Amino acid sequence: MSYYYIFKTALAGLKTNLLRSVLTLLGIVIGITAIILVMSLGQGAQNLILSQIQSIGPKVIAIAPGRQPKGPTDIIATFTDSLKEEDFKELSKKINIPHAAKIMPIVFGSQTIAYGSETYRPTIFGVTDFFAEIYDIYPFEGRLFTDEEVKSNADVVIIGSKVKDELFGDEDAIGKRAKIKGRNFRIIGVLPQTGQVSFLNFDEVAFIPYTTAQQYIFGIKFFHRIVIEADAEENVAQTVENIKITLRNSHNITDPEKDDFFVETQAEALETVSSITDILKLFLAAMAAISLLVGGIGIMNIMLVSVTERTREIGLRKAVGATEKNILFQFLFEAIVLTVSGGVIGIALGALFSFSVSLVLGRYLGLGWEFVFPISAVILGLGVSTLVGLVFGIYPARQASLKSPIEALRYE
Amino acid sequence: MSLIEVKNLTKIYHDGEVETPALRGVSLDIEDGEFVAIMGPSGSGKSTLLHILGFLDKHTAGDYRFGGKALADYTEEEVARFRNEEMGFIFQTFNLLRRTNVLENVKLPLLYSGVKPQLWEEKAIAAIKTVGMDHRLNHEPSQLSGGEQQRAAIARAIVNNPKVIFADEPTGNLDSKSGGQVMETIEKLHENGNTIILITHETYTAEYAQRIIRLKDGLIENDERVKQRRHPANHKFIK
Repeated sequence: MSYYYIFKTALAGLKTNLLRSVLTLLGIVIGITAIILVMSLGQGAQNLILSQIQSIGPKVIAIAPGRQPKGPTDIIATFTDSLKEEDFKELSKKINIPHAAKIMPIVFGSQTIAYGSETYRPTIFGVTDFFAEIYDIYPFEGRLFTDEEVKSNADVVIIGSKVKDELFGDEDAIGKRAKIKGRNFRIIGVLPQTGQVSFLNFDEVAFIPYTTAQQYIFGIKFFHRIVIEADAEENVAQTVENIKITLRNSHNITDPEKDDFFVETQAEALETVSSITDILKLFLAAMAAISLLVGGIGIMNIMLVSVTERTREIGLRKAVGATEKNILFQFLFEAIVLTVSGGVIGIALGALFSFSVSLVLGRYLGLGWEFVFPISAVILGLGVSTLVGLVFGIYPARQASLKSPIEALRYE
Repeated sequence: MSLIEVKNLTKIYHDGEVETPALRGVSLDIEDGEFVAIMGPSGSGKSTLLHILGFLDKHTAGDYRFGGKALADYTEEEVARFRNEEMGFIFQTFNLLRRTNVLENVKLPLLYSGVKPQLWEEKAIAAIKTVGMDHRLNHEPSQLSGGEQQRAAIARAIVNNPKVIFADEPTGNLDSKSGGQVMETIEKLHENGNTIILITHETYTAEYAQRIIRLKDGLIENDERVKQRRHPANHKFIK
């Protein structure tokens, strides 16, 4: 008997109990839908996060105070004042960091900004004009700081689009004066609306010269970050080493274990984040796999019921010439047809849901979310559903094939 | 050499500790083309004998040869092919597949045969015509009378041109009129050269055969030729 006719027989068997077949199918449909959804949305989220990190540029190196946090609860390690003016001076020397193209210190904190009766509390960043290049965000109205303004602790500010809307509404903001901590700051630039970029919402920030921020706003003599851009991507690793040596010298540290700073490159950040998202994806897929397991057990259960119920049919088929193999394949095919059609429906539903979610996230929440439908998910979905049919179908099918024709015919 | 040769055949059923002997030493020969009825009260072992003869069950001891060969000479697949090509079965309860029309039911043995799929329909329709059921091709079993269902089952039994037809109480579930029609059909198969082995507990039905073997408590009580066969056309005795 050709496999084509065994397959047709299996289909006919399923059709005889259509409602039961469809209900059994549901377990697999849900499991595969969940897996596809998790894989598709997970990939979309990962792409979004990675693209935001990548937007910083591969040549940028960030130095943070404190030792490298050893885990998510070790955040306290980063709140120290170990990055001083002295370090900035040392790092600025060409002899210490030969491949540094640009260097910028950063201080930040939350502060109220007021214009007339309107107030807003953005995150204030003390930076140089280099921030625009690093984050690839330039004022669409007005201009960046000049070197002169940074050197002279000038009271100038560049504001995010939301800050501008909150304080000025439709009014023109450029040239107006807003109050931060009692000082009058002249608005010299307004940033375009960007939404979330690299874990920062640039619509809700204000940039001022770091000198001004240190002296007048936060009253500190250290930096929260120092950012260095290497002159070329291939010099990043060398530059990281130079930075470490320079800072250890200036901090009198001999044991690298006792570093009171840490240096991070974008490549490392990418690696860290993608390893975290990979684990998350795996975890979610494992959760979805549990529903698939439940679906598989459902298939086995129904197949066992079906085998018992069709004992006479099996006996008859054997009496008219069916071999054990014929019967085994008939019931195995029934299970696989069930799970694979469940898989196909699940893949389609998963894609549909994922597409809807990405549409909502992209269009209505303004995230740069793209619909990703990895082909590996389709292959996995089909592979897994076939496997579930095989694994959970083989036992009932074997039970069916081993029935003695006479026992089967006698069964009432 | 006879088509069927049985020597000292025994069959013991085991149900846990309990041993139930169903056949206790049966010997008989059946010739090619013969029409034999096996009779006996329930529990006499007649169904067990039929199942062993039809390779549906294994005997415990003794010797059974079909066409010179024993069941033990075949692999499982060869036995299946044997049942498919050499034997046709008719059951008391018809055993048609539900929600499957007459044509598809009759095709069933062909599915497992070496016959080319292009010929299935033609062969099935020929078999259905033989039993006079060609006006019911697309009817499902639930739409047929008992007699019609049994005739469809007979068409299934003969579709692959088997040598022997095993009929296990084929009229047991039918009224006398339908039963008569079914026996008429079976006699027609006999006339066409088939060997018929019929199980019944009704003398009336057994009298269609050429020879009646009576079983009692797992032994042959009586084995004799029928002097006056019942005629299939009017169900009266042949003069």
